Amino acid sequence: MTGTIDTLLQNLDTLLLYVLAAGALVGAILMLVLRQPMRVATALIATMVCLGGIYGLLGVHLIAVFQVLIYVGAVMVFMVYAIMLLDARDPSVRSRFSGLLVPGIVAFALFLGALVYGLWQSVPAAASGPHAGLTLKAFAAAFLSEYWLHFELTSVLLVAAVVAALAVIKVHRTDHGG
Amino acid sequence: MADKVPLLLSLAVAIFALGLLGVVVRRNVLVMLMCMELMLNGVNLSLVTFAHQTGTAVGAVLVFLIFVVAAAEIAIAIPIVLLLVRSKRTLDLDAYTDLKG
Repeated sequence: MTGTIDTLLQNLDTLLLYVLAAGALVGAILMLVLRQPMRVATALIATMVCLGGIYGLLGVHLIAVFQVLIYVGAVMVFMVYAIMLLDARDPSVRSRFSGLLVPGIVAFALFLGALVYGLWQSVPAAASGPHAGLTLKAFAAAFLSEYWLHFELTSVLLVAAVVAALAVIKVHRTDHGG
Repeated sequence: MADKVPLLLSLAVAIFALGLLGVVVRRNVLVMLMCMELMLNGVNLSLVTFAHQTGTAVGAVLVFLIFVVAAAEIAIAIPIVLLLVRSKRTLDLDAYTDLKG
């Protein structure tokens, strides 16, 4: 009995990985079949939290933290606010699927088949020896010494996004004779 | 955990494909936006898997940049959706046929 528990504890991270992967997949499938947008948002949050757990298990703790902080904390809260602002008795809530349901599923099967085929054609080579894992120090050094230009460019992108959001709101105000 | 790379890549592929299916088959604009977020998450998972496999920081840096782009995208998309709903009074994408040729 203790032997079983010991093996289980040794393989605990593998077990957790399977559970989290199954949770992420179930959440993604639920997103397609649920009717209410708020429930879809909840399923997406569950998927994102499961993916964050997978990132943590892989040892990329920084990305796990940002997954929860930025995606679940910022993006999905914004999405939930938008859902609360809008009408829940919309026709698109009563009938979930558009007219593209059957072609969409056929294309989905073809696309998934092509991707899986490509994945198995080039089965990733096994890792050459154990890696030390991605440390925060290595990430920070690479981020600010090698990829500083991309980091600065994201600030330009964020400024453009703010200006665009202001422009969208201003168009609406002049529409109403402002 | 190096032997889990095929499993994680398969999960990433499945999540990306499910997100694409959601964008195609769902009617609700907000649900379609959320399915796009799901596609981004699938790509992120593959990038993190490759970063973990190779032990380099490139994948993690790219995921970080994708976080920023996703936040900017949602900050633009939600006001656009609100304006669309204000003009057509519905979230149903089939109502937006003004640009139909």
